[in-house]
Amino acid sequence: MFNKGSELLDLCNKENKKISDIVIEKEMKLSNSSLEEVIGIMKETFKVMEKSATEALNKEVRSVSGLTGGNAKKVEEYRNSRKTLSGVFINSAMSKALSTSEVNASMGKVCAAPTAGASGILPSAILSAKEKLESDDDTTIRGLFVAAGIGEIVAKNATVSGAEGGCQAECGVAAAMAAAGIVEMAGGTPQMSLDAAGFALINIMGLVCDPIAGLVEYPCSLRNASGVVNALISADMAMAEVESLVPFDEVVEALYKVGKALPESLRETALGGIAATPTGKELSRRLFS
Amino acid sequence: MKEYGVFDILGPVMVGPSSSHTAGAARLGKIASEISGGGFYKVEFHLHGSFAKTYKGHGTDKALVAGILGYSPSDEELRDSFQLAKDKGILFEFIETEMEYAHPNTAKIVFKYKDRPDFYITGSSIGGGSIIITDIDGDEVEFTGEYPTIILKYKDQKGMISKISSILANHEINIATMKVSRDGDNATMFCEIDTPIEENVVEEIKNIKEITRAKFIL
Ligand code: SF4
Repeated sequence: MFNKGSELLDLCNKENKKISDIVIEKEMKLSNSSLEEVIGIMKETFKVMEKSATEALNKEVRSVSGLTGGNAKKVEEYRNSRKTLSGVFINSAMSKALSTSEVNASMGKVCAAPTAGASGILPSAILSAKEKLESDDDTTIRGLFVAAGIGEIVAKNATVSGAEGGCQAECGVAAAMAAAGIVEMAGGTPQMSLDAAGFALINIMGLVCDPIAGLVEYPCSLRNASGVVNALISADMAMAEVESLVPFDEVVEALYKVGKALPESLRETALGGIAATPTGKELSRRLFS
Repeated sequence: MKEYGVFDILGPVMVGPSSSHTAGAARLGKIASEISGGGFYKVEFHLHGSFAKTYKGHGTDKALVAGILGYSPSDEELRDSFQLAKDKGILFEFIETEMEYAHPNTAKIVFKYKDRPDFYITGSSIGGGSIIITDIDGDEVEFTGEYPTIILKYKDQKGMISKISSILANHEINIATMKVSRDGDNATMFCEIDTPIEENVVEEIKNIKEITRAKFIL
């Protein structure tokens, strides 16, 4: 069992195992299930993720409120048709993240990871890495277990709720989970996974939660797109052997303290940030009058 | 420190957009409908707080209706629940209201029948798709629907609690929580148990002669 990143690392080093091994073993114990059962549920979960990440790429999916939609398709078409600034791979990752976000806002099926609002980041990161690295199914599924392990640590020691800790706790943590997962998929060490997760959190520390009209749409979808990019570059940095000066657990603690310090207006109340701009308020008024 | 499992973090698999406003609402409707026992022709949803303010944008309305039709938070039918209710001839209405001291995401769900008085259930969606039922037709309660639950009404007299617990014990069923409230001569018992119970145990409990009403949410 592990509660902290340092404990997870110790277990990996002592037993000469990967993070995914430790997380899978813990899950088997906790849920009293066999290896096949645990892997089986994860495969089903991954199917939901794959579907949500691709569903809105070729057809325009609009949200229930009518506020957002169609952007996944736009980015997908753009990266296919023109020279892009950040490259085909990054644009493709963004369109997949937007896809899940849009499916979520349209009352489609998603897997909360760690929340519904941030559910676009992990599927896109894992799928993008799988394509790029040509990973086999086992490696891919293991990436998801690593991500879950990181999420567990943050949920235990800080929070994964926007209402409690701002968007850094949702889109930030999703990016951290994804970064750690794809590092293992790329053959990185457990330490590199934790460093990557730490980088992802450091990159967006302080990010507020300010959804227009209180709906999980805008700026949420944009932050899913930028969140997956955050995950990819954080993983690359760790794979390049850039080391984190501050250990992961301390970064998590900092995230928690920053979240606590955020005023309530910036924690999902739709009273601050983008929600409180004149346009944000006007859109909200129109939706609910 | 609360222990988290892998699928607490990667999950729930749900229909969006919001675990509290959509998934929780569907769950609330579903459990309320299970308690009601069905047979209603109309349902009124009285919405309080954030539910009242944002129900359209979050699809809370569609989720609640899907719930009372028996769908789960991960069923894609949630999106089309209004049509599904129409097909079944079930009417529904949303009423924005204010309830004192209620959680921001609270709904009072009133079931209407042709042949008997209304029956209502009040509950709140408390985050992450979890819910809590707080009132069943005037009885204050507190249960989450995460465990199988037994609800009994009976003429209050000595020995009833031990009668019921010994039936459960005989079948090796663990009681997680038990709460009894009294109103004059009548008592209501809510009992959450660790594992679902078999039909024969249900019958055995129903056969206790003092029991006037029994509901099993398994
Ligand atoms: S802005 Fe708030 S609601 Fe939107 S994804 Fe971030 S934390 Fe979730």
